[in-house]
Amino acid sequence: MLRALLAVLLIAWLPAPGFSQDLQSLLQEHQEEVAKPSRRTVTPVLEALSASGLPEVPRFLERWQGKAVYVREADGLFFYIEETGDTLTLLDLTSGDAVATGVASDALDQIKPNGGVRRAIAETLVQFQLSDPDITKRQDAVDAIARGLDPSQIPPLAASIDGEPDAALKTRKERLLNYLVARFGDTSEARIEAIEALSSDLSVDARAVLSQILATRTEIAEDLPEDANIARVLVPGTDLPEAEAYAMIGEQTDLPALVDASSIRTTLERHVEDGKVGGIPVGQLGTSDRRLRAYDTLAEAGTLPPRATPEIIAETLAAWTIYEAYDEPDSAITDAAERTQDAVQTRVGMSQAGDLALDAISLASIYFLAAIGLAITFGVMGVINMAHGEFIMMGAYTGYVVQLFIPDYTLSLIVALPLAFAVTFGAGVAMERLVIRWLYNRPLETLLATFGVSIALQQLAKNIFGTQARPLTSPDWLDGAWQINDVIAISYIRIAIFVLALLFLALLLFILKRTRLGLEVRAVTQNPRMAASMGINPDRIKMMTFGLGSGIAGIAGVAIGLYAKVTSEMGADYIVQSFMTVVVGGVGNVWGTLAGAFMIGTLQKGIEWFNPSNTLAAQTYMILFIILFIQFRPKGIVALKGRAAGD
Amino acid sequence: MNRSFIARNPSVLWFLAFLGIFTLAVTLMAEATGTGFISTSFVKTLGKTLCLCLVAIAMDVVWGYCGILSLGHFAFFGIGGYAIGMWLMYARTETIVTDSMAAQVVPPSPQEVSDAIASQIFGVVGASEFPPIWAFAHSLPLQLLMVVLVPGLLALVFGWLAFRSRVTGVYLSILTQAMTLALSLYLFQNDSGLRGNNGLSGLQNIPGFESTPQSMVSMVFFWASALALALGYILFAWVVSGKMGSVIRAIRDDETRVRFLGYHVESYKLFVFTLTAVIAGIAGALYYPQAGIINPAEIAPIASIYLAVWVAIGGRGRLYGAVMGTVFVTLASSWFTGGGAPDINLGFYTIQWTDWWLVLLGLSFVAVTLFAPQGLGGLVDKIARKS
Repeated sequence: MLRALLAVLLIAWLPAPGFSQDLQSLLQEHQEEVAKPSRRTVTPVLEALSASGLPEVPRFLERWQGKAVYVREADGLFFYIEETGDTLTLLDLTSGDAVATGVASDALDQIKPNGGVRRAIAETLVQFQLSDPDITKRQDAVDAIARGLDPSQIPPLAASIDGEPDAALKTRKERLLNYLVARFGDTSEARIEAIEALSSDLSVDARAVLSQILATRTEIAEDLPEDANIARVLVPGTDLPEAEAYAMIGEQTDLPALVDASSIRTTLERHVEDGKVGGIPVGQLGTSDRRLRAYDTLAEAGTLPPRATPEIIAETLAAWTIYEAYDEPDSAITDAAERTQDAVQTRVGMSQAGDLALDAISLASIYFLAAIGLAITFGVMGVINMAHGEFIMMGAYTGYVVQLFIPDYTLSLIVALPLAFAVTFGAGVAMERLVIRWLYNRPLETLLATFGVSIALQQLAKNIFGTQARPLTSPDWLDGAWQINDVIAISYIRIAIFVLALLFLALLLFILKRTRLGLEVRAVTQNPRMAASMGINPDRIKMMTFGLGSGIAGIAGVAIGLYAKVTSEMGADYIVQSFMTVVVGGVGNVWGTLAGAFMIGTLQKGIEWFNPSNTLAAQTYMILFIILFIQFRPKGIVALKGRAAGD
Repeated sequence: MNRSFIARNPSVLWFLAFLGIFTLAVTLMAEATGTGFISTSFVKTLGKTLCLCLVAIAMDVVWGYCGILSLGHFAFFGIGGYAIGMWLMYARTETIVTDSMAAQVVPPSPQEVSDAIASQIFGVVGASEFPPIWAFAHSLPLQLLMVVLVPGLLALVFGWLAFRSRVTGVYLSILTQAMTLALSLYLFQNDSGLRGNNGLSGLQNIPGFESTPQSMVSMVFFWASALALALGYILFAWVVSGKMGSVIRAIRDDETRVRFLGYHVESYKLFVFTLTAVIAGIAGALYYPQAGIINPAEIAPIASIYLAVWVAIGGRGRLYGAVMGTVFVTLASSWFTGGGAPDINLGFYTIQWTDWWLVLLGLSFVAVTLFAPQGLGGLVDKIARKS
C-alpha cells in the first residue's frame, strides 16, 4: 500500500511532457544515472529525455553516446567542453555558450557509457533522426530500424511518415512500418491487414518478416495441447530420424539409453574381463548382433543401464507426439501469414522463372554469336573448323590489346569490334587459302588439320600473353544491372550482348538475302556444282564465307571477353557448345542456328535451375540430351530439304 | 588358315619380332632384371607408351580401317583405368584400415571397416559412404570384368544409337566428342562417386605386393603391356584381314554402296566400335597402374584428339603406323617438353621448346595432313615396296 502510494507520488513529481524545463535540470533529476550510466538504469532517463520534447536532446544524446559529455566534480553539473591550451572551457548544454573558462582538466570527469548503454542511446536517437533535416541521417535511421525490428520503433516511425519530404524514403518508411506492424501490431486485425499487404512485396526483408512470424519450435507432448498453435505434427521415421525423436523424448522423461553402433563399442571396451565381455570372447565381437548380446548380459547383471530395444523405442514413439508449434499463439495471424507466404512464394517463383528466362536468352545470344560463324562455314563448305574457338580467343585478345593503347573504354570498344572482325577475317582467309582449300574432299581431315591449327594458335597465345587471365574492361555505362524487381535482375553487359546478337542476326540475314554475295553463298550451299556452272566462282565464295564466319567469331570474342576473362583457353570452353548449337540447329541456316542456340541456352539454364549448385552436372545432362535429340532429328531442328541436303 | 593369315600379313611377324627384341632389350637393361642401365621411371614410361600404342591401334582400326573418326576412344581408355583404379584403391585402403584397426580391443565389425575405408577414400570430397558404383570394388575379378564391360556397353549403346540413325562423318565425330566431354564433366563433379577432380591416386601400389620393389612391379607391368600389345596387334590384324576386313574397309570408302550390296553396315560398324572400345579399356587398365594416378582431366576431349593425331602422323590404315606415330609423338613430346631439346637463339628471341613444342606439333600436324596423308607408315611402305 505504502509502495503504491510512493509510486503515485513519484509519477506526480516527474515532469509532464511539454512542461518547460531546461535540459540541465532534467538531467540533474537523474544525475547518478547520467554520470554513471548502466544498461539497466539508463532506460528511464532516456524515456524522460525523449518525453521532454526539448530541441537540444538529440545533440545531447549524440554527444553522450560519443563520450563528449563531462561532469563537474564539484557540483555534478553536466557540460560540453572545448580545449584551450592546457585548460578547458565549459560550454552550456542548451545554448552552447561558454560558462567558465580556464578550468583545470582534473576538475571534470568524462562520462564513458559502455557499449550496451550506447546502443540504448542509439535506439532513442533513431526517433529524432527519423525527422532530421539531413536526408542521409534519416536514411541511416531507417537502416538502423531495418537491421533490428523492435516494437518500440512503431510510434516514432509512424509519426515521422507524414512529414517525410522524400518520396522514396517515405515509401521505404511505410514498408518498414508495415513490417513492424505485421510483427508487433497491437490488434490482430491490424497485424493481419499488415501481413496481407506483404503479399505484393518480394524483398528479402518482407520474406524474413513472414518467416519470423511463422517461426516454430519443436515440442513433444503425450497429448497434443489444446491451446498451442500447432503448425504440423512430425512423424518419426519420415519427418525426423527415429533416434533423434527418441532422444528428444528422453530429455523429458527417464528412458532406457539409446545404444548406437559407435557408443556400444567404447562401452564394451571398458568392461573387458579376462578377454571376455559379458561372457563373450572379445575376438567374437565383430558383429553388432553379438555386441548387443554382450551388452544385454552386462545390463542384466546390473553393470550397465538397460538399453532401448527396438520395441521400447516403438512404444515410446507411439506414446508421444512430436509437433511443431508456432511461436505466435494466434492462429488467425499464422494462417494469414501462411497464406501470404504462399502467395509471395508463388510470385517469387514466377519472378525466378522470368529471371531464368532472361538468363537463358542471354546465354542463347552468346551461343548464337559463338556458333553462327561456324554454322555458315559448315553449311557452305561442309567443313568443321576446330580452330573456331581460337578465332573467338583471337578476337578477345584483340580487344585486350586495343585497350592497352586506347585507355578510354567506350572508344576502345568502338575500335575493337571492327578491328577484331578484321583480324579474324584475315586469319580465316589465310587459313582457308593455306590449309582448307587443299582438303575440300576430305572433311574428316579438315577437322584434324584445323585442330592442328587450333593447338598451335592456343599455345602461341599462351606464349605471347602468358597463362594468366587478361581483363577486357567494359565501359562504365555497361556496369551494373537492370533491376526489374527484387528477384529479376539482368546485367547491362548481357543486354548489350543480346543486342549485339540481334544486330548480327539482322546483318547476316541482310547479307544472305539481299546482297549478291549472299545469293552466291546460298547457291553454293545448295548445290556447289550447279552454282559453278552458273558462273559463280565457288573458290572466292568459300574464301569469303570462311572469312565472314571467322570475323563474326572475332566479334563474339570481344563480347564474351567483356563478361568473362580473356585466357588462351577461352575458345576451347565455347567450341563444343558451338558445335552442339550447329548440330542441333541444323547446318547452314541462320534460323537453325538461332533455334539451336536458344534451345541449348534454355536447356542449360533449365537444368541448372533444378540443380543450381552444379553447373557441371547441367552441362553433362545437356550433352546427353543432345545426343538423344540427334537420334530423332539427325539433321537438326531446321534441316535443309531436297537435293541440297546432300548425302 | 593360320599360315595364310601370317602370309597375308607379313607385318605381324615383323612387328612381333621387333616387339620381342625390344622387350628383351628393356628387360636386360632394367634395374630389377638386368644391368640397371635404364631407370625404373623410364621403364614405366616405356610401359605406358606400349599401352598408348595399344589404344592407338584400336583407334587406327576404328578410324583408319572403318572410317569412323571417334573422338571418344580415350574416354574408354580412361574408363578402363578408373575401373581398375577402384579396386586398387579399395584394396590398398582396406589393408591400411584393417592394419590400423587391428590394435583395437573389440574387433571391428565389417560395417565399421567398410565405413572407415569409405571415409578414408571419400574424405577429400566430403563424403563418407560408398556410392553404388563401388559395389564391386572389393573384388578383383568383378572389377576386371568392369574394365571390359563398362567401355564395351557404353560403346555398344552409344554406337547403336548413333549408327542406327545414320549419323556419319563430322557429325559422328562431334557427337563422340560430346560424349567424351559429358563423361569428363560428370567425373569432375565431387558427387560423381569417383572423387571428383582428385581422381584416384596411389595406383602404383599393388595390394598384396607391398614388399615387391617398384622396379620389379614396373617390369611386370611392362611385360604385361607388351603382351597385351602383341595380342591386340594379332587380334586387330586378324579382324582387318580376310573378308570382314574387306567389308570394313569398303564401309570406309563408300558406306552407301556397301549397304546396297546387302551388307548390314551398322552391325559391322558397331562391332568394330565396341571391340576397339573394349581394347581401349584394357589398355587403360594397364596404363594407369603404371601412371599411379587418374583424374578426369585425363579423359578430356583433347586427349582423344591427340590419339587421332598420333594415328594420323603414324599413317592411317596400317597398324604399325599407329604404333610408330604413338611412339614418335610421345617420345618427341617428352624430349621437347622435358628440356631435352636445345633452345634456339634467334638473336632477338630465344625459342624455348617447352613453350613452343605445341606450336610445332600443331603445325607439323597440319603439314602431315596436307602433304603426307600416309604418315610415317607411308615411308615404311615405300621402303618395303622397293626391297
